[in-house]
Amino acid sequence: MSVLEIEDLGVTFSTDTGDVPAVRDVSLYVRPGETLALVGESGSGKSTVALAAMGLLPGNARVSGRISVDGTPIVGADNRELSGLRGRTVSMVFQEPATALDPLTRVGAQIAEVVRNHRQVSRAEAARVAVDLLRRVGIPEPEHRASAFPFQLSGGQRQRVVIAMAIANSPGLLIADEPTTALDVTVQAEILDLLRALAADSGTGVLLVTHNMGVVADFADRVAVMLEGEVVETGTVEDVLLRPSHEYTRRLLAAVPRLAVGEPQAAGTAGEDPEERDSSASVVELRDVSVHFGRGRRTVRALQNVSLTVRPGETVGLVGESGSGKSTAARVALGLLHPDAGSVALFGNDLARTRGRARRSLLSGVGVVLQDPVASLDARMSVAECVAEPLRVHRRGMTAAQRRARVAEVLELVRLPGELAGRGPRELSGGQRQRVSLARALVLEPRLLVADEPTSALDVSVQRTVLEVIAELQGELGFACLFVSHDLAVVQEFAQRVVVMRAGSVEEEGPTMTTLLRPETEYTRRLIAAVPVPDPVLQRRRRASLGLEATA
Amino acid sequence: MTAVLQTTPALEPVPGYRLSLRRFARNRLALAGLVAVVLFLLFCFVGPLIYSTDQTHTDLTQVNLAPSGAHLLGTDAVGHDELGRLMYGGKISLLVGLAAGVLATVIGTLWGAVAGYAGGWLDAVMMRIVDAGIAIPALFILLVVSAITTPDALGLIVILGLVSWLVPSRLVRAETLTLKSRDYVLTLRAIGGSHGRAIGRHILPNSVSTIVVAATFQVADAILLVAYVSYLGLGVQPPSTDWGGMLSAGLTAAYSGRWWLIVPPGLAIILVVCAFNAIGDGLRDAFDVRGRG
Repeated sequence: MSVLEIEDLGVTFSTDTGDVPAVRDVSLYVRPGETLALVGESGSGKSTVALAAMGLLPGNARVSGRISVDGTPIVGADNRELSGLRGRTVSMVFQEPATALDPLTRVGAQIAEVVRNHRQVSRAEAARVAVDLLRRVGIPEPEHRASAFPFQLSGGQRQRVVIAMAIANSPGLLIADEPTTALDVTVQAEILDLLRALAADSGTGVLLVTHNMGVVADFADRVAVMLEGEVVETGTVEDVLLRPSHEYTRRLLAAVPRLAVGEPQAAGTAGEDPEERDSSASVVELRDVSVHFGRGRRTVRALQNVSLTVRPGETVGLVGESGSGKSTAARVALGLLHPDAGSVALFGNDLARTRGRARRSLLSGVGVVLQDPVASLDARMSVAECVAEPLRVHRRGMTAAQRRARVAEVLELVRLPGELAGRGPRELSGGQRQRVSLARALVLEPRLLVADEPTSALDVSVQRTVLEVIAELQGELGFACLFVSHDLAVVQEFAQRVVVMRAGSVEEEGPTMTTLLRPETEYTRRLIAAVPVPDPVLQRRRRASLGLEATA
Repeated sequence: MTAVLQTTPALEPVPGYRLSLRRFARNRLALAGLVAVVLFLLFCFVGPLIYSTDQTHTDLTQVNLAPSGAHLLGTDAVGHDELGRLMYGGKISLLVGLAAGVLATVIGTLWGAVAGYAGGWLDAVMMRIVDAGIAIPALFILLVVSAITTPDALGLIVILGLVSWLVPSRLVRAETLTLKSRDYVLTLRAIGGSHGRAIGRHILPNSVSTIVVAATFQVADAILLVAYVSYLGLGVQPPSTDWGGMLSAGLTAAYSGRWWLIVPPGLAIILVVCAFNAIGDGLRDAFDVRGRG
């Protein structure tokens, strides 16, 4: 029998602006001990299906069809019945471990509470069970850590605690909604290993909701692909990922940036050795830059003696895990942060010594695209006003008509239809917004584009379009690019040189293909090994060799 | 934009202000407040054109008359028609209240925006000044200054504005602190845009909901403060008056049963203040789009 069975599920939300159908005719099942990955882009309805299976949909949702967990119907069940199921028969792991835990309760107590919710055990017994669970999810010194507050744990450890809570009562079904999306790749690999081991040990069925094809290849047995609220393809992970039958799945997979992990090809766009170029001129150069935040004992050393150079026309990828200082380095390059030591040269001029008009004219050669498509554009301005803002700052002599013409030109460059100019950013999709940001960055014809995770908030197919636009325009306009990203596959495709950062320092740097295929440092090797590739066969081989390496 | 709304009702995002407007219109109490304020404005500013009375000359043949056909709300101790006086006094109350509320909000907004944007020691100094100001009761400052200067309407506006900008300045500073680290402000700064532009084009327009809500509550407070001051005889001087002054003049009469000298201005003050507070509450709920994105 299946632990989860969904038949003809339909979900419609009634909102201020009318009814929004979210899910239509979805049927799927999860058998004990197997992992079904529910994949799709944002808005495809995959999270709605997961919430429906938990009976956790918000009050404005109308549900039709049948859902049963371990034989118990969910649709139409009252709150008392659902509470009896949740945490015991089915439990959930959410995306954001920071908000899934109560910040004011010790983690041991939080786990013990889940245990006592469903089992008649004494406090002392529950506390013992909590420590056991912490040990099972791989928290070192569990007796000691049980009395820690969530903020005293790292993101990965917090997610382990969330998982411990989820498996506390050995549920038959575990629903994991993007369980590793908020985590760094190395931590993601550990959490996936943990989930895999737990599912194999206890025969728990897992419904894994994710957008990451690498995670799917690494973890899932079967895959269901969702598009606009419907399941368009289901099958084993090998069939769906390697031999997709639906047109949409094929497109989706084609858009996923793939990290090449084999031997470097003899020729390729990224094979060119940048050392041969004119190295005298640099667009931006950080020399021994150090930045620290705070004072005294609480000082955080965000950057320590970081040097990096971007030469005209080249793209430098700045990679590293969260907290490695890559965004801080980009902000120093932009002059938004003043380094505590070292210097920044922008177009050959010392940024710290340049003031007033000279500084402004220097900065007019820089374009910026930041990560968050929502926060990047002022919602109170129209698209045209957003794009025209740099013109208003630097080309004061321009007439309104000239500005309009230039804005139309740049919107066309980034392949946005001209009629969007009068719209507000709220009316655009995430990908369109990032292209508006790009248009704003390019409107002054900069010599340097600084892009800080420009596509990490976007779906893969949208990411592909945005990256193509940037690459194409770079070829046309010849600007240099400092490209900050945590995604090694994107950087590998996009950058000629790569700088790997770790804990505020440069770990290693070099031509992309050399550095990412034959890394010199242990850290880079681990970083690359942790990235799951969207090919189940290859990924299994990598995991096996990694396991051998770890035991050796 | 209307076309967008009509053709695709469900999925096309609706501009934020429209949603806000809709949410406000659905709030009955806030709508009632808005209607009440509009009616009071019409009553005080258009009313005298229809119901014309002499509010400058005393008429000792017509003192202390009970409500009747000739004088709907009776007359006061010097023979002014009470209904006409309610309009005349309300003009001052509303004018002073609105202007003082707006002035306080403008000063507070600028102060808070500059402090929040600048940060560092300037922020610390500016906000300590606000803390110090809040520590001294506004009413106390108001009474002392009024006692010394016996202000006219304009004077009252200025004094009220100067004692009540502190709360809006705190609100706007808090808003500025979050807005100044938004990506679009960072982007502007990275390409060399000026601080003035960041504040004027991005931070203030995006705090507009906070500012408008604060202003509404400021107006309610200011109307109440004007009433206090005038009630104590320190506000606008006769023959000019406002609702607070009318209350003060009618207080002795109330003991001799002439209720029409005290109930109408008292009710007017209560209604207007409640109405502005209801509008403020409604606006605050309507603008709060967080969690509904």
